[in-house]
Amino acid sequence: MFDYAPAPESRSIVDIAPSYGLFIDGEMVDPIDGVPFKTVNPATEEVLSEVVAAGPRDVDRAVAAARSAYEGVWSALPGRERGKYLYRIARLIQERSRELAVLETVDNGKPIRESRDADLPLVAAHFFYYAGWADKLGHAGFGAAPRPLGVAGQVIPWNFPLLMLAWKIAPALACGNTVVLKPAETTPLTALAFADICRQADLPPGVVNIVTGAGETGRALVEHPGVDKVAFTGSTAVGREIARLVAGTRKKVTLELGGKAANVVFDDAPIDQAVEGAVNGIFFNQGHVCCAGSRLLVQESVADEVLDRLKRRLGTLRLGDPMDKNTDIGAINSPEQLDRIRALSDVGEQEGAERWSAACDLPERGWWFPPTVFTGVTQAHRIAREEIFGPVLSVLTFRTPAEAVEKANNTPYGLSAGVWTDKGSRILWMAQRLRAGVVWANTFNRFDPASPFGGYKQSGYGREGGRHGLGAYLDV
Amino acid sequence: MSDVSTPGPESSEPAAQGRLGVRKTYKLFIGGAFPRSESGRSYEIRSADGERFLANAARASRKDGRDAVQAARSALGRWSAATAYNRGQVLYRVAEMLEGRRAQFVGEVGDAEELDDAAAGDVVDAAIDRWVWYAGWSDKIDQVDGSSNPVAGPYFDFSVPEPTGVAALVAPQGSSLLGLVSVVAPAIVTGGTCVVLASERSPLPAVSLAEVLATSDVPGGVVNLLTGLVDEVAPWLASHGDVDAIDLTGVDDDGLAADLERAAAGNLKRVLRPPVAGADAGFTAEPDLTRLRFFLETKTVWHPVGI
Amino acid sequence: MVVTASPLDDVTASADTLRRFLHGLPPVDQVGAEARAAALATRSIKTTAKAFALDLAVRMVDLTTLEGQDTPGKVAALSAKARRPDPGDPTCPPVAAVCVYGDLVPVAVEVLRGSGVHVAAVATAFPSGRAPLAVKLADTRAAVAAGADEIDMVIDRGAFLSGRYLEVHDHIAETKRACGDAHLKVILETGELATYDNVRRASWLAMLAGADLIKTSTGKVSPAATRPVALVMLEAVRDFERLGGRAVGVKVAGGIRTAKDAIRYLVVVNETVGDAWLTPDRFRFGASSLLNDLLMQRQKLATGHYADPDEFTLD
Repeated sequence: MFDYAPAPESRSIVDIAPSYGLFIDGEMVDPIDGVPFKTVNPATEEVLSEVVAAGPRDVDRAVAAARSAYEGVWSALPGRERGKYLYRIARLIQERSRELAVLETVDNGKPIRESRDADLPLVAAHFFYYAGWADKLGHAGFGAAPRPLGVAGQVIPWNFPLLMLAWKIAPALACGNTVVLKPAETTPLTALAFADICRQADLPPGVVNIVTGAGETGRALVEHPGVDKVAFTGSTAVGREIARLVAGTRKKVTLELGGKAANVVFDDAPIDQAVEGAVNGIFFNQGHVCCAGSRLLVQESVADEVLDRLKRRLGTLRLGDPMDKNTDIGAINSPEQLDRIRALSDVGEQEGAERWSAACDLPERGWWFPPTVFTGVTQAHRIAREEIFGPVLSVLTFRTPAEAVEKANNTPYGLSAGVWTDKGSRILWMAQRLRAGVVWANTFNRFDPASPFGGYKQSGYGREGGRHGLGAYLDV
Repeated sequence: MSDVSTPGPESSEPAAQGRLGVRKTYKLFIGGAFPRSESGRSYEIRSADGERFLANAARASRKDGRDAVQAARSALGRWSAATAYNRGQVLYRVAEMLEGRRAQFVGEVGDAEELDDAAAGDVVDAAIDRWVWYAGWSDKIDQVDGSSNPVAGPYFDFSVPEPTGVAALVAPQGSSLLGLVSVVAPAIVTGGTCVVLASERSPLPAVSLAEVLATSDVPGGVVNLLTGLVDEVAPWLASHGDVDAIDLTGVDDDGLAADLERAAAGNLKRVLRPPVAGADAGFTAEPDLTRLRFFLETKTVWHPVGI
Repeated sequence: MVVTASPLDDVTASADTLRRFLHGLPPVDQVGAEARAAALATRSIKTTAKAFALDLAVRMVDLTTLEGQDTPGKVAALSAKARRPDPGDPTCPPVAAVCVYGDLVPVAVEVLRGSGVHVAAVATAFPSGRAPLAVKLADTRAAVAAGADEIDMVIDRGAFLSGRYLEVHDHIAETKRACGDAHLKVILETGELATYDNVRRASWLAMLAGADLIKTSTGKVSPAATRPVALVMLEAVRDFERLGGRAVGVKVAGGIRTAKDAIRYLVVVNETVGDAWLTPDRFRFGASSLLNDLLMQRQKLATGHYADPDEFTLD
């Protein structure tokens, strides 16, 4: 037996303070009407630190700081100079990359290999990419001299905390806006570390403000009259609520919401890579991905073979301590999320789908769920319709390309889709017909700052990344 | 004012003036046909100065709205699958038909907006030219808005614009033809279909536009026209789950606009808010790409590059 | 050797059926396969896992010399090292085999007598494979007669690339017969096959023809072994077993110089076909300088400090 011995990443690289305030106007400040709450390591249930749930007056203060920085400094700064600040930030992120990766892992529960190899490189890349746009906005297709919107209120989720922060802050700043960002309740620490990076970069005070908190803080931010632009990534339910809240105001809004992506495998697919793609599609980041390939649509003629290989491949996935460099599947981010995953999985069984889980030793402490596959799933099953946001794959079959398209599109969501086939014309035919903002053909879960990302239908509107991503932060 | 011998609104003084004109009936335009409102209702349209009765327009109900959305959805597949070249040609033909009916539109716009023939003529000319401008975009917007994205890996990564789907449009209240054309053309040139709620007080040019569309190779259902009361019809469109986007340009009442936007949030419709007060109410300025882009989604595709 | 009837027997009934079968195998996406191999390379193998892997790797080495300038002296020295890789450490296991040209087999046999280390001979007009079949078979028989336990043959890449699959198949089958009791390793020369699809097809072809083990390279052409190529070959081996019931081994040869490389290959084996293949019977490293790096790493693990290269013999 080739047993991989524990290969732990060292925790000592990161210093977590016992408590944090709010980052407003360039400094860490005590709250006015905010209250403290704890953030926890989901793999061990250990308390990491105490942070603040900002109150309305704290939010007010942050928005005022952003407004003052916008009017006083930032909007007048030539794009070239804004770009150089962003380049500095990109470099600092690269320099502190290992520290930030460790911090992300202990706060979020994702494997260190993912935060180190997937999240952090993309974080730096986003800042690099948008740094370069700051002085070229007149060439971006939005008119000769597009103006920023002003103060952006940004609310991000817990699944890729620092990366979602980068997706929000980099383009906003490049376009000349200032921001107030609220990280997710369960994952505030890398945002607070980012505040320190802003300090190291000498970013003018008030350009970036970080207010931690939960739903109430987010709502206060979204509703604040001093915010010109709202950007939200999270659930469709909350997205709908935000769209209602900004109705009748002049606030621009972009939303990046949930998904129930179909990953379509044809009989001529490169089968081993397709299985990898299916595994990556739903089990990367414990399935906590809005664009997760949570529905595997397999052509009926190869369904048994694909499923067989899939299950054997799942047997090599390693679930456990996220700080171990060999871990593939980390912890579920919170007990609430774990309950939801369990509940929906139970529903799947009750509705008659066949459940299979990889044999895993679940650690005693922390929140864990083994990679799970449901077969015999049809469109009528709740597990084929509702976003589970966990390591649960539903497998459905189809007979023809037209049927695959029909089933893939038969959802109110439309964030992403996957296609696996060796035939070029079919790749393009499917790509044309899949109603999804991102189509991955013979690959899955690929992200890049140059590549626009966002949803069709109820997966939201607006794009992040690429030239298109500028549109969210300009007055167009 | 209108010539007594052309079709259209007519002095109520008959025989003594000469030949009695055959008045036009203004109906809805749904799925390529001209039905009356299923509710059987109509409402009075008067000239801009309020002096003259012009016609009774159909007063659309929510069921008419429902039918119109259905027609738009049915037409979407074929219209969006047509080549850009084909759509451009179809729209250009619309401009040809508009040009051919210039005099009719001059009369109707003059009545609707209280303009003399010369001024109405300028407006109609601008509307035709606006339509031609949009027609030319059908096979070019991809090149302006699409991109090949230089990702950091062995992948071909490209983004293309695609029509959002079925849009509800509340046409401008004042600018009965130029404003109307400015909201309709961008909604369909890239492959989308729409349900248009014409100006409440000046819907007649819109109905004539529908007649133009019906004779221009535009497939039935691509544009569906409702006439009626904004606060009666628009809320049903705003809350309709099978409408993908809503253009609130013609909603003058801020409170109503806010309500409609809230209703639209139910299925996360894309919302185009009314313009800020005073901003180019005449639609005279050459448009930017905002309206075209509003009816488009961006799809990004990745594929590995390998042997 | 017993050959049991399998669902695959009809596949080689004619040139046409064989071509259709090979062309009908699932394609391999290059980017995906390489990404999978790269992901497997991020496994961190330390402490006890590393010790296990190093020892295993040593036991899997085919210590190789295949130079025009090889002499009996050279082969004797190599063979002595093969049976006792680390004179200073009796816990170090011997390697799997010594791999030499056919005419030097007797030298190796003599030195290795009683050690359990096999003698492998390259044959069939190695490395090019360009010679009449009769010559290639004679080459094989001579090596077997001289005492070779294993024969490393090369396939005719020209025939393969021009689509004469049945011909390639039949040459392998005949060579297998000429081997008698000796095990047959079939070198695909994956660097010349160029695409992963071809590697998959050639793997299947060799297995259908009776190969006991499929091998990446002669070591004379670059690129030689790579982890993505090994991944594709291991997948073929895995699928063949599920379909035909016979377990075929894999040998990676050429360009594997460091212990780190070797351990990465073992991870690929482990997570593709499982630990049933983690044995010298089913996996080999064709290498020369690799062995010393393995020995140095073993020593570092044991003593905690980096070793002096001069403490390890050069052969």
